[in-house]
Amino acid sequence: MTRKALWLSATSAFLAVFTLGAHAEDRVVNVFNWSDYIDSSIIDDFTKETGIKVVYDTFDSNEILETKLLAGGSGYDVVVPSGNFLARQIQAGVFQKLDKSKLPNISNMWDTVMERTAKYDRGNEYSINYMWGTVGIGYNIKKVQAALGTDKIDSWDVFFNPESLAKLKDCGVYVLDSPADIIPAALKYLGLDPNSTSPDEIAKAEETLLKVRPYIRKFHSSEYINALANGDICLAVGWSGDVFQARNRADEAKQGVEIGYSVPKEGAQMWFDQMAIPADAPHVAEAHEFLNYMMKPEVIAKSSNYVLYANGNKASQQFIDKAILEDPAIYPDAATLQKLYTVSPYDPKTQRIITRTWTKIVTGQ
Amino acid sequence: MSAVTAATSSPASAAGKSGLVRLGAAFVSRLVIIVPYLWLLFFFLVPFIIVFKISLSQTAIAMPPYTPVLDFRSGISGFISEFGALNFDNYTWLTQDALYFNAYVTSVIVAAISTVLTLLVGYPIAYGMARAPATIRPTLLMLVILPFWTSFLIRVYAWIGILKPEGLLNQLLLATGIISQPLIILNTYTAIFIGIVYSYLPFMVLPLYSSLEKMDHTLIEAAKDLGCPPTSAFWKITFPLSLPGVIAGCLLVFIPAVGEFVIPDLLGGSQTLMIGRTLWNEFFANRDWPVSSAVAVILLLLLIVPIMLFQRAQARAQEQDQ
Repeated sequence: MTRKALWLSATSAFLAVFTLGAHAEDRVVNVFNWSDYIDSSIIDDFTKETGIKVVYDTFDSNEILETKLLAGGSGYDVVVPSGNFLARQIQAGVFQKLDKSKLPNISNMWDTVMERTAKYDRGNEYSINYMWGTVGIGYNIKKVQAALGTDKIDSWDVFFNPESLAKLKDCGVYVLDSPADIIPAALKYLGLDPNSTSPDEIAKAEETLLKVRPYIRKFHSSEYINALANGDICLAVGWSGDVFQARNRADEAKQGVEIGYSVPKEGAQMWFDQMAIPADAPHVAEAHEFLNYMMKPEVIAKSSNYVLYANGNKASQQFIDKAILEDPAIYPDAATLQKLYTVSPYDPKTQRIITRTWTKIVTGQ
Repeated sequence: MSAVTAATSSPASAAGKSGLVRLGAAFVSRLVIIVPYLWLLFFFLVPFIIVFKISLSQTAIAMPPYTPVLDFRSGISGFISEFGALNFDNYTWLTQDALYFNAYVTSVIVAAISTVLTLLVGYPIAYGMARAPATIRPTLLMLVILPFWTSFLIRVYAWIGILKPEGLLNQLLLATGIISQPLIILNTYTAIFIGIVYSYLPFMVLPLYSSLEKMDHTLIEAAKDLGCPPTSAFWKITFPLSLPGVIAGCLLVFIPAVGEFVIPDLLGGSQTLMIGRTLWNEFFANRDWPVSSAVAVILLLLLIVPIMLFQRAQARAQEQDQ
């Protein structure tokens, strides 16, 4: 290419950027969702049906999302924080109330889920459930069988009991690097309130976790998917859908790795990812259209079939693959559902204690 | 220094030029000097003042999550009362928990060890490059820069594949019978050192190369003729002459390594407590922007003060030489 041609192409690229900007009347919605969390054909279908272009961005931790929202002017129209983060963000004035008149599909939502999400968003005024799931134990069936003599895990005891976890040390144990998921589980295992904010009780949870700390290889919130799928580790305390993704990847790889997931009988944490519209969203009307589209039964069912999480849309269940709908690890039966608990957001003081406790558990300092 | 004086004095000696042109030239040279200062002002000083101001605030559940937020609309009196609400509590807080001190110390130690290792690996490379035939030097230089064409993150991720228990390195060592049990390298400090040395190597090699390349090779020949053995010729001539490159390279590696977050996060184990992680915790997990700003300000002071003292000492040593 000659220098002149280069200049020309550079100038035209520059102009293209400007003309794109000039077409601002094109309808756009900026969506910020978790990574690997949607069947991308849904986005294409939405654009085909409504003519609204979707700019789709992803994040991999609530903290990153929250920081962007709190700084203000994020430019996003639809974001998907988890329940306890959402609650605090509502308090900080991050979101706007939904205009329910523009969301007729809200009648498809599942009251069982809405009752629980109301704990974070009173009256469900600011948010719509996207997916929900549990925090449980993912494991490599063969390796656990070899180490423990059983291929069935049904209790937190396998993790919180040092004698049992010591046997799994060599084949590898990963834990979510997320105090809000692990400390409540430790409290539950001890028979205490998972929502406890008492420093004494949190100290007891710390003690329990410090006893098993020597047997944990790593605290990380996403690496365990691949580590489980590749057979690098034999046990991970993680989010349900991530473990199922690991199971699917292991099946596809055909290396003989079999992954199981257990919702411990003592009870496990139930979490909710909620779609909401920031107060300073530039495209409010388009955001409502997007939310309404996502509440169509067949659309959200497609997403559940892809990401392997349960959703909060009752009407969608007829479109969900039988294998998913009937898997009690994804859609727990009524008895298990009873034992699942939710965790409220921490106040700043408790949050500091929790983070400090967690640093001590993770780094030993 | 002498070259600069020569350059500035030459226009004055050109007698035919009018005063106006000289004034114009002086203005242009002023302008040229101002640019880096403006750069410093807008991209260092202004952000630093903002961070420093936040470090004196208190957290709040709001947007942005601290208080007071200085608001120019509130007028002078409002401004003064907002200033009155600022205090140094967050700095006192940092002294009350050994966590922060330990994190600083660990970071400095990790960065120092990594810098020494990078120097040990980088010096022979730069030396070899500088002594290579002039025709292939550009190619060698290109090879050093080439890794930058791939994303830093992907290159660090690649090390996970190499270092993990079932990774390339262990498979190779097991296959050749050098070891019988896979080495646990990933998620240890060793992996962090490998990651930092690998990632920052070009920053060490390039300044070393540029100072070694400029060196007058006849000095070594003279030393040889006078009966100096090669090793002592290296320590007496080559190394002292390359010292500016060594210092520049070490600073370029050490400073970013202290605040490194990605490499310890991906390659290190959970037990690695570095200041980057502590900052992340304060900022993201605790949502405490004021305390995390205080951590950042202290980090900056810890880095800047020794560097400035060092530069002063350097400048004084140079003056004494002349």
